[in-house]
Amino acid sequence: MSGFAMRNGSPATPGEPSPAEAAPATLPPDARVDLARERAESHADEVLDALDSELIGLVPVKTRIREIAALLLVDRVRGRFGIDSGRPSLHMCFTGSPGTGKTTVAVRLAELLHRLGYIRKGHLVSVTRDDLVGQYVGHTAPKTKEVLKRAMGGVLFIDEAYYLYRAENERDYGQEAIEILLQVMENSRDDLVVVLAGYKDRMDSFFSSNPGMSSRIAHHVDFPDYETAELEEIGRLMTAREGYRLAPETEPVLRDYLERRRGQPRFANARSVRNAVERARLRHASRLVAAGGEVTREDLTTLRPEDFLASRVFTA
Amino acid sequence: MRVTQGTFSYLPELTDEEIGLQVAYALDRGWPCSIEFTDDPHPRNTYWEMWGLPMFDLKDPAGVLLELNECRKAYPAAYIRLNAYDARYGRQTTALSFLVQRPAEEPGFRLDRAEGSDRRIGYTTHAYAADRPQGERYR
Repeated sequence: MSGFAMRNGSPATPGEPSPAEAAPATLPPDARVDLARERAESHADEVLDALDSELIGLVPVKTRIREIAALLLVDRVRGRFGIDSGRPSLHMCFTGSPGTGKTTVAVRLAELLHRLGYIRKGHLVSVTRDDLVGQYVGHTAPKTKEVLKRAMGGVLFIDEAYYLYRAENERDYGQEAIEILLQVMENSRDDLVVVLAGYKDRMDSFFSSNPGMSSRIAHHVDFPDYETAELEEIGRLMTAREGYRLAPETEPVLRDYLERRRGQPRFANARSVRNAVERARLRHASRLVAAGGEVTREDLTTLRPEDFLASRVFTA
Repeated sequence: MRVTQGTFSYLPELTDEEIGLQVAYALDRGWPCSIEFTDDPHPRNTYWEMWGLPMFDLKDPAGVLLELNECRKAYPAAYIRLNAYDARYGRQTTALSFLVQRPAEEPGFRLDRAEGSDRRIGYTTHAYAADRPQGERYR
């Protein structure tokens, strides 16, 4: 029965009308479209606002994503007038130091592109070299293809993409994965968006040895390191999200901690802040248990300076 | 003679877009799809060749159509069917199975009667195409 219904052109998947189906026939050339209403209908602003409020800093990244959102919206309205502009290529490359929010932004991006009708499902498949490259001859192609099939309709996020190419070993199977990836990026542009991520300098050398990859990526977005004030803001947001708050006298201690930690090796921006908060939680808990006796709600939720001051960062 | 096996077999051939919609239906219900092909479409031949492994964890029909087109390219004159498997406890069976490609010419089946004792007759269906060796049956 559903076969007949389908033939008559009624959508077979209820509850998920694609934008192409929802849009009426081509508008006459003199028609007017309310862009603001169009924008409200796509619900893209909710994602953009969440991006603004939940992610601290990252101004260049946010600007670029707003630009992309505007382009897709305008393209959609142009499509309603019957102007064919071709699908913009949205393959991207995120570069930046560890912990600058590349993965987090990729998740938001998938959601945003889905709301704007650029991709059909809006899920994010996050992979690394291990998921794409096989261990023996003939193993790589099926493995890479399977990952690509899983990512179709969504965003494929390849973390530390430069590991795919090993310059020192010309028989490395990574090259094969790159070739398949390039082919799909070119031919199935309608089906998925590929986002490569990694540290800036290593991505640059990856692109210089794979010029085909670089030219197929339209958007190179650089994630800047956070300022101390931004890191502090992130720390406050993280503690609040886990149901803690900083005592007023803790705040200068946290700032001091972040200042010192930034100067030390292996500093990973927001990730280091999260680790600091996790360790402060540990010390907070053991302090309460050691003190014994009764505790109030206040005690349970307040991080005090000594929770941070016990850190190795202050002794070094 | 047109072989009618599986769902939708009395309908006109589905277009790729319609196949995509059916796959989307299956994926929405969490049924992984698989592609199989054969050149022996006898109704009792349940074991068709598998085109790769069943495709798990897919969200979008584009991946299934990609494999289907690969299979069509490799076997342009074979029967190809698409299966969707419902792994739910209590069902655990093929939930949807339909032909997505058939050879241009289908010679059909012959009915053989084998006379036994006491006027008993045994019936066998025999595909004309199966007289030729595998791989040369349809072209």
